[in-house]
Amino acid sequence: MDTKPEFKPGNFLYAGKASALETVGLANPRDWSPTDDDWKLPADWKGIVREGMAERLQRFRSFKLFMDICVRCGACADKCHFFIGSGDPKNMPVLRAELIRSIYRGEMKTAGKILGKLAGGRKLTEDVIKEWFYYFYQCTECRRCSVFCPYGIDTAEITIIAREILNLLGTNIDWIASPVANCFMTGNHLGLKPHTFKENIEYLVDDIEEYAGVRIEPTFNRKGAEILFVTPSGDVFAEPGIYTLMGYLMLFEHIGLDYTWSTYASEGGNFGFFTSHEMMKRLNAKMYAESKRLGVKWILGGECGHMWRVVHQYMDTLNGPADWLEQPVSPLTGTRFENAASTKMVHITEFTADLIKNNKLKLDPSQNDHIIPTFHDSCNTSRGMGMLEEPRYVLNNVCNNFVDMAPQVIRENTFCCGSGSGLNAGEYLEMRFRGGLPRANAVKRVHEDHGVNMLSCVCAIDRAVFPALMDYWVPGVGVCGVSELVANALVMEGQGEREYNLRGEENPSYKPPAEDEASAEAGEEGEE
Amino acid sequence: MIGFLFSLVAVLVLVGIALVGVGGLGLKVLFGVIIPYAAVLTFFAGLVYRVVDWARSPVPFRIPTTCGQEKSLAWIKPNKIDNPCSTGAVVLRMIFEVLTFRSLFRNMKLDYREGPKIRYSSEKFLWLFALMFHYAFLVVILRHLRFFTEPIALWQQTLEHLDGFLEFNLASFAIGLPTIQLSGLVLLGGVTLLLVRRIIVPTVRYISLAADWFPLFLITFICLTGILARYVFRIDVVKVKEMAMGLATFHPVVPDGISVWFYIHFFLVCVLFAYFPFSKLMHLGGVFLSPTRNLVNNSRAVRHVNPWSYPVKTHSYQEYEDDFREQMVEAGLPVDKSLEEAAAEKAAKEAPAAPETQETEEKREE
Repeated sequence: MDTKPEFKPGNFLYAGKASALETVGLANPRDWSPTDDDWKLPADWKGIVREGMAERLQRFRSFKLFMDICVRCGACADKCHFFIGSGDPKNMPVLRAELIRSIYRGEMKTAGKILGKLAGGRKLTEDVIKEWFYYFYQCTECRRCSVFCPYGIDTAEITIIAREILNLLGTNIDWIASPVANCFMTGNHLGLKPHTFKENIEYLVDDIEEYAGVRIEPTFNRKGAEILFVTPSGDVFAEPGIYTLMGYLMLFEHIGLDYTWSTYASEGGNFGFFTSHEMMKRLNAKMYAESKRLGVKWILGGECGHMWRVVHQYMDTLNGPADWLEQPVSPLTGTRFENAASTKMVHITEFTADLIKNNKLKLDPSQNDHIIPTFHDSCNTSRGMGMLEEPRYVLNNVCNNFVDMAPQVIRENTFCCGSGSGLNAGEYLEMRFRGGLPRANAVKRVHEDHGVNMLSCVCAIDRAVFPALMDYWVPGVGVCGVSELVANALVMEGQGEREYNLRGEENPSYKPPAEDEASAEAGEEGEE
Repeated sequence: MIGFLFSLVAVLVLVGIALVGVGGLGLKVLFGVIIPYAAVLTFFAGLVYRVVDWARSPVPFRIPTTCGQEKSLAWIKPNKIDNPCSTGAVVLRMIFEVLTFRSLFRNMKLDYREGPKIRYSSEKFLWLFALMFHYAFLVVILRHLRFFTEPIALWQQTLEHLDGFLEFNLASFAIGLPTIQLSGLVLLGGVTLLLVRRIIVPTVRYISLAADWFPLFLITFICLTGILARYVFRIDVVKVKEMAMGLATFHPVVPDGISVWFYIHFFLVCVLFAYFPFSKLMHLGGVFLSPTRNLVNNSRAVRHVNPWSYPVKTHSYQEYEDDFREQMVEAGLPVDKSLEEAAAEKAAKEAPAAPETQETEEKREE
């Protein structure tokens, strides 16, 4: 416990900017850096921390229980990707929790106050706050440790609350605070203004026309649409997320879905979740508010990890009940999504799996024959939801070569990308590569044994961070969203020659049509 | 290491206290009546207090850790135990967790190979030791109930019979030795293995606190003194039963002729009882309350209510449109208020406060 963390380039995140904190009214906006000696904490910072802890002990049974019942059996010790990649003992989930447990004992429990270290307690000092900052922004809230804990102690829950307390002092990171401020004002992390958001998607529409020969006319902020579609904004502007977004556009065109985009609720991701429960609620409110304003029947959500933890486990509690919406029913298959009866929001992969099961998609999986994909279960959809079979079902129907990784590293045992929960900042690359090692190592295995050349996923942060991680640890493996592979295999009505994939690269699986004079429809079939 | 030594010394001191208190000073009433009553009272009052205290904090969000397929589309088979979709399934999950330590059974260990390559393999020792320890402890406690009940119920006799099945094998060459009760030996074995594991596994040694060593040493000494009292010193069980019955019926008696070895054993047990509610041993009660295990994963199907939910400040669509109306109109995006309407409204209001904030916000954000 006594070893202090050393802030070195690559192992810490830049401080939250004062302007971002001011925009959303977060505490103690100021200019500072974790490398400073003086962190300019508020005058009564000790009181704030004590009070903040006491309040949260009363509000969250999880927090209170997890402070008390750990037996330090060590089952979690080697389950954390940051521990595996860094070897730092304080990255063992049990010790990460002890960082705050020791203060709980030393400041709030009689035995700890009197016996101090002997009772596992210690006093609150500025060094403790620095250590919290270092280690609670070195946890991606992936919940892997919680799977193995005999009492289900969830470090994510502890990290969430520790970050909430750190936020009371204004000790937060720029990569979370700025997206939060952007999201609050413009509706999305990137701060894309309404017209820019629309333009970006229109560029992608042009690309689809160029590569697939289909013209799509998406609508924005359209009242009276049946469905509101919300996806993480990362998919709107960055590779390879944009190809996933092109996949959504093509899928919805293919099935003739009556849906609209929103520039106001233009963000599925919720970095408020990495700030505080309150900020999560403030940002999440937009989805329901916009669904009400537009008068849609239900909401469809794109591929994103933590967005889906929030939607699945928090949204209805935070901002529901959404009485103006109806229980989601697929307009194509008539399937009632009973599992979304109250929240009224369906995951794109559930939606697509249902379409495929009911033969509503015209698919030619051989278009993906040059791709040998594996699937990365994102932490949140596996351990905070349990969506394990749907993506595999979709992949097996749109590709012929799907290969799963070893059972120890997929499904509920999946490893984090190492950059989740707001840690995907450029300055943090070294720690991200360390944290991503276990995942990359598992991909390497299937790359070597089965020739896997594509890591598919249903998470925007994964899509943003895996390309660099793969280039570093497993060169030769690409990254894509599941919906991109769906779109590759889609046989669109009136489509052109699919010589190029959505990335504008020549498609090795493309087979030229056998007969030139065949009818339009037969021609289409021939292309497959 | 300080925690290790401190705990060992603390337990030895406790042994010493009983030895001096009963053997030297003859404080039999204190150690035979007063301390036991105080310990049991502390145990039950503390247990109830702790559980009630936890239960007073609400569960604002439904946060089960899902360890299997959720219930979603009708044709996908859900994993009911690891991702419970109904209250019945939660009960099943908890039964498996509490009775078979299902989560510990998942445990795997990793090792680094050259490359770097990481391998994960099954690691069941912790699960096995924990299971040995807890079940043996349960049997030992149940078996000890014979001291406090008269007549001895059939289930007690059956349990003893099963626990002592080695008797038949040993009887021939160990005549005169009391029936060997397996549970005590398994308990001693289990606690020793857990102790050894804590010493030799580097990660576990590193995370261990005095609060981890102390109960292990305490229980080890309870086992040792119990086994010694039964098999070596052959304490007078009839008198011990007389004393126990006195305690159970609230007519305490302190018969003469009970060996000090019994008092040492008894005192350590009292310490364990009194210590229990204030220690990590409370995982006994906590495991039932854990929100990541005891909740149904149906938060999208059934709304979960947060009792302390409060309204928060959001940025409404109207504010957003006010910020960007011109650009939206230019880009062909539909607006709720046309530019003219908005301008007219602004003029009519003549209230500079609201528009000003919006402008500042716009500037900041730029």
